[in-house]
Parts: sequence; C-alpha cells; structure tokens
Amino acid sequence: MPILRILLLRLLTTIVTLAGVAVIVFVVIRIVPGNPIAMMLPPGATEEDIARLTALYGLDKSIPEQFAIWVAGVLQGDFGTSITTRQPVLDLVLGRLPATLELSIMALVMAMILGGAAALTGTRFRGGRTEGAIDVANGMALSVPDFLWGLILILLFGVLMPVFHISGRVTPSLDLPFATNFYLFESLIRLRFDLWADIVAHMFMPALALAIPLAAIIGQLLKQSLKETMNLDYVTLARTKGYGETRVILREALRNAALPTLTLVGVQFTFLIGGTVIIERLFSYEGLGNMAIDAVINRDLPLIQGIVLLFAAIFTAVNLIVDLLYAVLNPRLRHA
Amino acid sequence: MLDGRSQVRRRAGLRLWLSAGWLGALALAALLAPWIAPKDPLAQDLFLGRLPPVWMAGSEPGYWLGTDSLGRDVLSRILHGARVALLVALVAGTITCLIGATLGLLAGFLRGWVDMVISRLIDIWMAFPPVLFSILLIAVLGPGLMSIIIAIVVIDWTRFARVVRAEAMAQGAMDYVASARVAGRGRLGTMVREVLPNVLPTIVVLLTLEMGIAVIVEAILSFVNLSISTDDPTWGGMISEGRTSIHQAWWVLVFPLVTLFLTVLSFSQLGEGLKDRFDPVLR
Repeated sequence: MPILRILLLRLLTTIVTLAGVAVIVFVVIRIVPGNPIAMMLPPGATEEDIARLTALYGLDKSIPEQFAIWVAGVLQGDFGTSITTRQPVLDLVLGRLPATLELSIMALVMAMILGGAAALTGTRFRGGRTEGAIDVANGMALSVPDFLWGLILILLFGVLMPVFHISGRVTPSLDLPFATNFYLFESLIRLRFDLWADIVAHMFMPALALAIPLAAIIGQLLKQSLKETMNLDYVTLARTKGYGETRVILREALRNAALPTLTLVGVQFTFLIGGTVIIERLFSYEGLGNMAIDAVINRDLPLIQGIVLLFAAIFTAVNLIVDLLYAVLNPRLRHA
Repeated sequence: MLDGRSQVRRRAGLRLWLSAGWLGALALAALLAPWIAPKDPLAQDLFLGRLPPVWMAGSEPGYWLGTDSLGRDVLSRILHGARVALLVALVAGTITCLIGATLGLLAGFLRGWVDMVISRLIDIWMAFPPVLFSILLIAVLGPGLMSIIIAIVVIDWTRFARVVRAEAMAQGAMDYVASARVAGRGRLGTMVREVLPNVLPTIVVLLTLEMGIAVIVEAILSFVNLSISTDDPTWGGMISEGRTSIHQAWWVLVFPLVTLFLTVLSFSQLGEGLKDRFDPVLR
C-alpha cells in the first residue's frame, strides 16, 4: 500500500477517534449531578442570573444544539473558563503542556536507553547468569507500577542518598529568563547549563519512575527479537566473516530486530503519558497531570474537560506519528 | 532438558507459595484487624507524635512501627488499611470479572451479531485512554470507595472480555463442544457446562491480576485524597502523609509502602505463577 493512502486512512481514523472522545466528554460532563451553571456562580446568585448564564451558554437549547455550540467553541479554541481560577482553560492548559511533554520525552529516552542496554547485554551474554539476572530484573520492573517506583526512588535518592530534588520543576529561588515554558529545551538553547542541571536534577526521578516499566517491556521484546535474529542466515554469514559477537549484534542484528519493538514503544508511550498524572502529583511537578488532579478535587469541570481533550489529542497524535514512522521504516511497506 | 524444566517449575512453585502466603496472611490480618491491632487506628495523641519504631531510641512500648505526626499507631493503621485495600480488590475484581467474563464468553461462543456488538464495544472502550476515563469518572461520581469500585469496573471489564472471548472462540471450535451439541445439549447449556470450565483457569489468572490493579488504584486515589475521608486509615493516605514528613519520620512512609509493594507484587506474581501452572506448554 502506498504511503499516501496509509496516511489518509490514518488521518481519517484519527478524526473519528477524536470525535468519539469529544462525544464521550460532552455526554459525561452533561450527566453530572447538579446544575453546571449554579456551580459557576457565586453563592447567592438570583434566578435571573442563572437564567441569563444558561442562555449565554446555550443550555436552554436542545441537546444536539448544545453539542453543536460546544463543538464550535472547542474548534475555535474556546474551552471555557476555569471555575477555580477564573482564567481561560486554554491558557491554563497550554501553559502546563510543555512541562508534561518534556517529562514524557525524557522518560521515553531513558526507557529506550535502559531497555536497549538490558536487551543488548542479555543477548550478548545469553544463556548465562547475566541473562537470568536481567530477566528477573525485568520481571520485577514490570510487576510494580510507576507510582511505587516513584516512591522507592524518593526514598533512595531523595532521602537515603539525597542527590536529586524530590519536588517541583525547578528551584523556586532561581531567576528564570525563559520566554517559553519549555524550560529544559530553552535552557539548553540559551546555554544556561547551570539552570539546565537544576531542571534535570528535578526531572530525573519522576522521569525514571515513568521509564522503569517501559524499559522492562522494551528490554523483553527487543531481547526476544534479537535472539531470533541471531539465528538467521545472514547473521551466521557475518560471523563467518570473523566479526566479533558484539559487533554482529550491534551492526547486523539490531537493525532488523528493532522494528517490532518500535511499534510497541508507540502504544506504550501513550500509557507513559497517562502515568504522568500521578507521577507529577507525587513529585509536585507543575504539569498537566498535577493540574488534572487539582481540577478533579475541586470539581472544576471546564478545566477537566480541557485537560481530557488535550490529553486525547496528544494520544492520537502519538499513535499517528508511530504509524507513520513504521510505514517509513518498514522496508516491506516502503518498497511496495 | 527435563532437569531444566523441573527447576523452572520448582522456582515457579516457590514464587506461587510465597505470594499466596503473603496474601493469605494479609487477608487474615485484615479480617481480624479490630482484634489484633494493638491500638485504635483513629486515636490521636499529640504527645506521642512521630514516635520511631520500637527498636530505635525514643520509642514507646506498644507502638511497634512508630506513630505518625498526630500520634496515631502506624501498625494499627496498616492493618485497618488492609481492610479497605482488600475490600476494593475483592469487590471491584469480582464485579469486573463477572461482567467482563460473561460478555467475553457470550461473544466468543455465540458469535454472530452478539459478537459484533460486544467486539465493537470493546474496541471503542479500548480506544479511550484509561487515565482520562478515570479522571472523568471520578470527577463526575465524586470521591469515595463506591466511585473507585465503579471506575475500576467500568474501565477494566474489557481486560476480561477480550481474553475470554478469544479463549471461548478457540474452545468453541473443538470436538468436545460439537459432541455435546450432538448429545442434545442446548447452546447456553453447552456454553456454561462445557466451555466455561475450560476457560476458568484463564479467568482465575485475570482475576488475580485485576485484584492487584484494584489495590494500586485504591492506593493512588487515596494518595491524592479522592478515596474515603482522610482520617480513615488507607495505605495511600498513609503514604501521602509520610511523603510530607519524610525527613522527620521515614517510618510513616516506609511501612505502608513496603506493605503495598509486597501486596501488589504478590498479586502479580501469583497471577503469573498460575498462568505458568495452567499453561500446557510449560506443564
């Protein structure tokens, strides 16, 4: 199938998924017990005020009409106003997005490095004690969720050996010259390595907690496909040419074994982003997830709605990117 | 080869017994908590705040694992917290299992339009990220144990439905099902009497894993204060309190954390161990 057709098909399913999410969010928010307008007004508001706001938000119209108004608003970037902070939801959400994106991407990179290292070491020393130890570590990493890894890391590197910061995104007393909220990225561009180091010291543990379960999955799958590849003829041929085992794994086997892992990483990456919600809370990291929990505690429905829609958009975008990457990298699809 | 296999089985057996042992002991402790807990889990005594565990200097006898900042006994709170954790695991796990497995069995065995409807439903459900689903549900339902259980059931039934459907489909194609039908048994009768017993091992494995998930979900929600009220002892609530006083009183965090860790690990190891035991390839 030519790449263009895959692309169009995927774009179509992406739109369908997002529409489905929008419908679910709309329905769930509407079945909330209690009048949403009453929740937006200060106590002591008159019947007249309620009627006026109800008309303003179109809540006196039929449900399909309400949905149309709501969708039109969302498409124009109008996500409503947060009940607790009285600020536009879009501004709040976009302000926090960079923090969560940086954390997720750092965790993904860590997971790939850790998982890749585990798989390569396990393959290099396969059949021996090293492989057994790696399998046991993988099993442990898989059966314990990121929330618990976060707590264990806090104890180990926050209390017993305090090398990293256990809360926040950056030391509050530091002067930040940043124009965007992409602190990690911007500190690098501005060559402010002092700030960069401080930000990394804050991000390290939450990112690692998110990375550990994914690293285990990558390690297991990549090792399995590496071992299968190592028995193929072309690898044997490379060996007969006199290449060393390490070189054969890195130069010959890895390239062919990496593809199935890549697909899996895409799916698992969305789970990792979902994990940021609780991990950000645990490390008091000022990202979207932390804001989501506050919104749920305060029952700030417009804000919850905005966060859920943004998360859904990120998830679908990640899936789309992975599918496209797969199409580009897979030789069977590329040459078809 | 034979030797290697028996070694694998022995190690798997040990894993199975260790995790079953921990969970059994925990269940017993949870049941007997009102009688075996050394103190009242809610009793505060500000003069006895942040007492260390008994083996450390400055401890008081009777407070085995120390106290939190309000002077509440950590061990008693862990024991009472186990009641909440295991209750959620049992109730949420069982309901999720009943709904998911029934739908999966119906879809996989009856096929046709039933399968079409249920499979579509599973697809739609799985496309919606669980974290978003739970944020929405808890926001709408409000905090509390009931909301946690409902959220787990609503989100996780697909785990059972998907696997049981595939299994029931595979069983349905086998000869024994055809002969039961020839012998005059009705469709639903065949499904319940013939197919279900063969799918049961898979269901038991899934249920064990689901209980572990339920325990961690309850812990996370009580950690962020969306479970039962903060006074009532929950592991997540204790961990949340311990997190804030980690530099002054590590024991408030460490003991509930270790308990939660071992429980979650045991559920998953028990599930994996049972899977290996039921798996005909290894057996």
